[in-house]
Amino acid sequence: MKDGVNGVALGVCIFFFLAVTVMGFLAARWRKAENEHSLDEWGLGGRSFGTWITWFLLGGDLYTAYTFVAVPAAIYAAGAAGFFAVPYTIIVYPLIFTFLPRLWSVSHRHGYVTTSDFVRGRFGSKGLSLAVAVTGILATMPYIALQLVGIQAVLDVMGVGGGENTNWFVKDLPLLIAFGVLAAYTYSSGLRAPALIAFVKDTLIYIVIAVAIIYIPIKLGGFDDIFAKAGQAFNQVNPATGKPRGALAPPEAGQWTYATLALGSALALFMYPHSITATLSSRKREVIRRNTAILPLYSLMLGLLALLGFMAIAAGVKVQNGQLAIPQLFENMFPDWFAGVAFAAIAIGALVPAAIMSIAAANLFTRNIYKDFIKPDATPAEETRVSKIVSLLVKVGALVFVLTMDKTVAINFQLLGGIWILQTFPALVGGLFTRWFHRWALIAGWAVGMIYGTVAAYGVASPTQKHFGGSAKEIPGIGEIGYIGMTAFVLNVVVTVVLTFVLKAVKAPEGTDETVPGDYTADAGDPGVEAELPPATAGTSH
Amino acid sequence: MRVVIALCLVAPFVAMLWVGSYAKIDPTFIGIPFFYWYQMLWVLISTALTMIAYKLWQRDQRARADHKGGAAE
Repeated sequence: MKDGVNGVALGVCIFFFLAVTVMGFLAARWRKAENEHSLDEWGLGGRSFGTWITWFLLGGDLYTAYTFVAVPAAIYAAGAAGFFAVPYTIIVYPLIFTFLPRLWSVSHRHGYVTTSDFVRGRFGSKGLSLAVAVTGILATMPYIALQLVGIQAVLDVMGVGGGENTNWFVKDLPLLIAFGVLAAYTYSSGLRAPALIAFVKDTLIYIVIAVAIIYIPIKLGGFDDIFAKAGQAFNQVNPATGKPRGALAPPEAGQWTYATLALGSALALFMYPHSITATLSSRKREVIRRNTAILPLYSLMLGLLALLGFMAIAAGVKVQNGQLAIPQLFENMFPDWFAGVAFAAIAIGALVPAAIMSIAAANLFTRNIYKDFIKPDATPAEETRVSKIVSLLVKVGALVFVLTMDKTVAINFQLLGGIWILQTFPALVGGLFTRWFHRWALIAGWAVGMIYGTVAAYGVASPTQKHFGGSAKEIPGIGEIGYIGMTAFVLNVVVTVVLTFVLKAVKAPEGTDETVPGDYTADAGDPGVEAELPPATAGTSH
Repeated sequence: MRVVIALCLVAPFVAMLWVGSYAKIDPTFIGIPFFYWYQMLWVLISTALTMIAYKLWQRDQRARADHKGGAAE
């Protein structure tokens, strides 16, 4: 794979990249509103997106390039255990069906831009809101870094990532360019840029998957052969651990891990700031519920994609770094020009979420740290300016992270990020349904969850790593191996409930709740729901 | 009606978290082990269930709402 540059693939890839760059900059003019200097405009696309745009945006946002590379890579490495991403994305939709519309309603009525805004309004606690904001930013940063890792994987396979002997500048130049362009159009167009580019990204991804899932099995002699070969590969005992490499179906011992990983990840997904940003940008409450019914299409795609991991084994792809398995499979199986399309799909697939994530993190900083703690009287124009600059800083941070540290560091932090972000669930989702929890109890529960999760994850060793070797560990008291995030979450809830009883008994001040029950079911058109939405100019269907 | 909606939404959780019920190779479907095609099938089933829940919920809302004519579409 390090034998020269694949010119055709690179050309195709550059073509698509240029196309989305132009789109990214033009997006600023797309459905432009009169008052463009508010955070609602830059950071939430004017809260104007209908069902289909929201669908593309959320799809582009949740199913990232990293997902496309990492899920099949996990299957390639260990078989069945890596497939948990599918049940995870199955149960996430019934889950959000219940609470996201409420968040949408209350956010529109009170002009909330972030989850922390809501938490502050609901519990009257800046401390709790700060905890949620900091957790969100911390969890998002490594996620952005991983998107850049995804681009790097593609560049490596195309031969432009450079070998070990090229100097660092030449080696990282393509990544720097991609990054610079991303930063520039996010800065100028805000959320509109990824929304528009998401169309291209998803179309490309769907085409690539459809072709891959039909074309590659035909070349490899059908699924029977693929799974037979994969089964053999997994049965081989790894000399380092003395255990087989993996299995085609999870053994008894792995089932708890599988289920808790799926559940924990599902609970965590919509705690991530970037998921919420995409959600709040939708125009109507209905849009969200409708989306929970059509988003699973992406899960189907993810399942098919996961199967590519087996195909990589059957096709005899041998890579040291599992991340490269799928790009290498494409390179081996497809004609050059189509490999280029596939690589473009992955690379653009990294740009969309990276843009949304940096916007989401910037919004959190501006609203819940800058405005709450540094400059309470910031005007909307100022907020927007700060947010734009922070979105740049966040991306630079991610870039430095990727370029200076080992890739495994980013992956470790991403793993921790998932555990951390899950700890904001009680405050956010709990808050959407009840005001019973006490704000101080929520902070305490959050802290316990964060500490337990971090310490537990630190203590997991793997054959290759001493710490952060995985996300599963024995659940205290049950004895089964389960997802650390889930154990931390349970602890978090227990602490929150117990302390709520205690704090209520001693009559600790509750804080003021600025919301009323009607806020949680309000829809566009109801009185009080911000009517500054720009008239939908383009005839977007919904 | 709300009970049915709740059932539609809870079913995928039960099915997917009960890993023991589908952690096996046979029967295979066009060569794909049961474990994989069963979960992919559940993507479709849960989509259908969520869709039903959505429709029922809409009807439920309409039945309860008095003034929402325009907003509920």
